[in-house]
Amino acid sequence: MTEFTATVTVRLKRGVLDPEAETTKQALERLGFELSALRSADRFELDLEAEDAASAEARADEMAERLLANPTIHDYDVAVAQR
Amino acid sequence: MTVSVVQFGGSNCDRDAVRALRHLGIDAERVWHEDGLPAEPDGIVLPGGFSYGDYLRAGAMAARAPVMAEVREAAEAGVPVLGVCNGAQIGSESGLTPGAFTTNASARFQCEPVHLRVERADTPWTAAYDEGDTIEVPIAHGEGRFEIEVDAHDELVAEDRVLFRYCDEAGNVTEEANPNGSTDNVAGVLGERETVAVLMPHPERATLPDVATSTDGAGVLRAFA
Repeated sequence: MTEFTATVTVRLKRGVLDPEAETTKQALERLGFELSALRSADRFELDLEAEDAASAEARADEMAERLLANPTIHDYDVAVAQR
Repeated sequence: MTVSVVQFGGSNCDRDAVRALRHLGIDAERVWHEDGLPAEPDGIVLPGGFSYGDYLRAGAMAARAPVMAEVREAAEAGVPVLGVCNGAQIGSESGLTPGAFTTNASARFQCEPVHLRVERADTPWTAAYDEGDTIEVPIAHGEGRFEIEVDAHDELVAEDRVLFRYCDEAGNVTEEANPNGSTDNVAGVLGERETVAVLMPHPERATLPDVATSTDGAGVLRAFA
């Protein structure tokens, strides 16, 4: 078994309104920054043991599918690195 | 008939639901989620509140609590199940009903009376009304914006499973009358069975005449009578 860190990034699908991101963007603009868009995302770092990177990724993928993301509004991606 | 009002850590409308139901002559009791449902539940309410502190997403944790397997089984057997506010979020997170409830377009918590148009009167939840009726019920949520994928929304409309839409006092479903940016002004939907429904507004807060400005919500709870 090898130790991996799987990083799951969950973000709203394109086109789904993100009022918190919009508010954050406006706050940055009030501070004098210029930017044309702001997108926020949640990142989960999962430490786990697996036979290989592929099985670590598969497990993290299922975790995202079943809890970390809501497929109605979210896209997600999984990246695995050996620890 | 005894309605089980499922209490999670952070539920805070469970007592209100019990009291409103009893006011209507419907027996109800709170059930702590870890204790599980009675062997043969007569009816189930998933109450409002902030279960598990809204961690991850509102309703996400409670939706995956073991008691929800019992709720799902009961729902599939035809037991009436109503999700209100956080209970609606739990219902959608658990897949009992379609779509998702997420951050209000205003990015604010909103606590205010709203008007709802009754889109169907031939369900247990709306039998007390006529189709097209306008009722006044309060909302109190920060994550009540109904989102749904385009195909799923088409299906929802085609199957006539929208129960309530936000409207103005005269019953017009308009953008101005939409308090939270919900897709298609949807405030409440049916599950796969008509005996399963969720809505963001609080019918139990519009039932008791001594504490509410409106008692229009009582009709929803009468489904359990």
